[in-house]
Amino acid sequence: MLELLWLIPAIPFASALVLSVFGPRFSRRGVAVMGAGSIAAAAVIAMLVAVGFLRSGSSTYTQVLWKWIRVDGFEPEIGLHLDALSLVMVLVVTFVGFFIHLYSTEFMAEDEDYSRFFAYMNLFVGSMITLLLADNLLLLYLGWEGVGLCSYLLIGFWYRDPENGLAARKAFIVTRVGDTAMSIALLLLFTRLGTLNIQELMQRASQNWPVGSSVATLAAFLLLGGAVGKSAQLPLQVWLPDAMAGPTPTSALIHAATMVTAGVYLIARTHVLFQLAPAAQLAVAVVGAATLLLAGCSALVQYDLKRALAYSTISQIGYMFLALGVGAWTAAIFHFLTHAFFKALLFLCAGVVIEALGGEHDIFRMGGLRHRLPLTFWAFFLAGCSMSGLPLITAGYFSKDLIIWGALAAEHGHAALWWAGAAGAVLTALYTFRLIFVVFFGDIRTPVIRTPGLAMTIPLAVLGIGAVLAGYLKNPLISYLTSALPPTDTRQRGFMTEDMSRAALAFAFAIGVYFAYLLYRRSPELAERVVATTGGRKVRAWWFSDWGFDWLYDRAFVRPFVWIANINRGDFIDGFYSGIARAADSLYRDLSLTETGRVRWYAAAILAGTVVFAALALWL
Amino acid sequence: MLLAAILFTLGLIGLIARRNLVFVLMSLEIMLNAAGVAFIAAGARWGQPDGQIMFLFILAMAAAEVSVGLALVLQLYHRFKTLDDEAPSEMRG
Amino acid sequence: MDAAFYIASVVAIGATVLTITRTNAVHALLYLILSLLAVAVAFYTMGAPFIAALEVIIYAGAIMVLFIFIVMMLNLGERAAALERRWRTPGMWRGPAILAGLLLIEVAYLLLRAGNATGAAQAVEPKQVAMALFGPYLIGVELSSILLLAGMIGAYHLGMRKIEEMREEHGTHIDEGRVVASGDLVHAGADRADRAP
Repeated sequence: MLELLWLIPAIPFASALVLSVFGPRFSRRGVAVMGAGSIAAAAVIAMLVAVGFLRSGSSTYTQVLWKWIRVDGFEPEIGLHLDALSLVMVLVVTFVGFFIHLYSTEFMAEDEDYSRFFAYMNLFVGSMITLLLADNLLLLYLGWEGVGLCSYLLIGFWYRDPENGLAARKAFIVTRVGDTAMSIALLLLFTRLGTLNIQELMQRASQNWPVGSSVATLAAFLLLGGAVGKSAQLPLQVWLPDAMAGPTPTSALIHAATMVTAGVYLIARTHVLFQLAPAAQLAVAVVGAATLLLAGCSALVQYDLKRALAYSTISQIGYMFLALGVGAWTAAIFHFLTHAFFKALLFLCAGVVIEALGGEHDIFRMGGLRHRLPLTFWAFFLAGCSMSGLPLITAGYFSKDLIIWGALAAEHGHAALWWAGAAGAVLTALYTFRLIFVVFFGDIRTPVIRTPGLAMTIPLAVLGIGAVLAGYLKNPLISYLTSALPPTDTRQRGFMTEDMSRAALAFAFAIGVYFAYLLYRRSPELAERVVATTGGRKVRAWWFSDWGFDWLYDRAFVRPFVWIANINRGDFIDGFYSGIARAADSLYRDLSLTETGRVRWYAAAILAGTVVFAALALWL
Repeated sequence: MLLAAILFTLGLIGLIARRNLVFVLMSLEIMLNAAGVAFIAAGARWGQPDGQIMFLFILAMAAAEVSVGLALVLQLYHRFKTLDDEAPSEMRG
Repeated sequence: MDAAFYIASVVAIGATVLTITRTNAVHALLYLILSLLAVAVAFYTMGAPFIAALEVIIYAGAIMVLFIFIVMMLNLGERAAALERRWRTPGMWRGPAILAGLLLIEVAYLLLRAGNATGAAQAVEPKQVAMALFGPYLIGVELSSILLLAGMIGAYHLGMRKIEEMREEHGTHIDEGRVVASGDLVHAGADRADRAP
């Protein structure tokens, strides 16, 4: 059954191709069956492959499809590499992906570009699986760019609104900054180690480079650059909130559950390199910690439901980076799994809410939806609890607990990182329950005009169950992942024990929920009073604008660039080339004057040429 | 050999300097003949028959060239009523 | 024999000079025939009697007769000679003479540097020539026969067109071919007008 591995990316690709070519001729039903069915097929095959893989008992399985190119020792293969890490990720991507596709069949039903949407989505799933299964960095890069392309296409899906196109371009350009770093890393690794095959690469790196060597550090930092761009971490996080311009299922699939965690995957995949470069690993942890705090604060003050969720995504991926940075590799992947469930669910619920209110994004115009959309409310509530870590029950609690304990106790743990994680947990609970209280409780402010059908509610229910129960996979999953990732090496630092850390997390959750209740349910005027002060208003505006990063980048990069572009409107380099063209043109004019049609002149010219060349032959 | 060179040069001068097409053709004949002289001289110098064979080929070519060239001259004369080689030129560079 | 060769060479060069300077076509042709005959003598002294005979028969005989036919058909007369005289200005000669002189100097330099411009000429029997001609050079012979055929067909074709033109000459549109030709030329250079600033 393992031989079926290649079908997992191939089916979505084939479906994307068919849909993009013949899509407009299919009925909507046909498109839906094709689009969602291909992902279902991929999920089933992933399941079969998983069963086969577990039964085979080996820790890796490689399937080489064909050689890509062969240039003087550079022989990248189109090869798929399956191990615990990629297996888990593939299963999550295909299953969550399938439910999001199912949801989309109804969500997008009114859209005129139905088949285009599914073609993009299938292309995305195919690229994502390619990224995950790639056995060499070049193929991984192909998948990496593929998902970036799909992200761009889907953010700008409703391209008639220039705002959306702008957001898509922003996402593309900002992630390109990271991608460039990553491509440099690829070239560096290849020139230094002579291969791009990930397993060989890791082996050679650990043999050839000592811990802390400058090349390894440089390569790790460059890879981190790529990961930061793709996963919307500091300082390249600015694109993700704007990416919410895309359809909500896109936000759920690409910008919450799967693509944005590609950076996490990349770092986990090349963990050997990061272990050789403690400085880079520390940077990963610091980036993660800083991002989760900054994005958490920004999420607190957003009033657009999807933007708030986007900031929470950034914040949660910050947790994953934190886990990677301290060396709790398995915890990061576990958090990825739980996050995929609850964040996808949150977005899907947000989609239901926004649809139900006729496209209303402002949470302060929502309210009282608890009774109108009960199933959505419960799904959102469960996912929110999971995200903010409701103790002992929800999946998010288990994964976050692992990360926060790891932040202190793992190999590179530090008390400051623990505090960041704990503060982040308070923020998470606060902004999550702020959303829940504002959107689902209180008075009805906008009437519900549409309720979700079956295709939208089933994914909500299934993912809701997953968001809770995935936590019980913790122990088997962690122990299984250690076949591909190094185990987390924990030891106690200071007085804190693991149980105390757990208690602290539970306490953080309680604080967050309590303040959310206080500020947004019991006495909203208190929140308004805080905001009404000058300092409050300023902080609010600052946080709302994502700590001014957009402003900074606008001043630091965009405007100088536009300025240079304006100066160079005439394109002085082009002037050189048109100068060549002009010179050729005038030469043509002058030489055509010699074309007189007088045979004797031609003969004389031949003679002169003969004389000159004979002279050259004689005296040179 | 020097004879060949001198004859060739004279033919060349005639080719370029004369405007009358008949004279141009005659100059061409002189040049071909000069080339033939060069071949014969070379063949005689080394005692090989190849030089003479080349001359035979040149002879055949000259015959063909002259027949076509003179037919063209006739043609042009009937069209333009002159043997000036610039008369047919209508290119204005 | 050497004396005969040098005398023949001098005669040939002198006759050629006169050929290219004459104004009367018939005079020029006669000088050309003289030049060819002198070259034939030179061939004979160089040990190529067969080629000398061919030079006389084909060059001085057949080809020159063709020229004379044409000159007679064109019936150039005194008017053409006068025109030639007018064309034959020193300016016409200066440029070509300088260029050709340079070439001559270069070739002479090459020949003298090679140092074997003179040497004992060895006679080559016609039999040897024939053996080589129909041995290794058979393809050359075939090709030259095709060339002659092509020349014959070409001349015949051009002659045919002459007859048609003669017929047209009595009609109304003499310059039809010319108009068409000029039309083509204008078309070929048509881009120039748009390209001009």
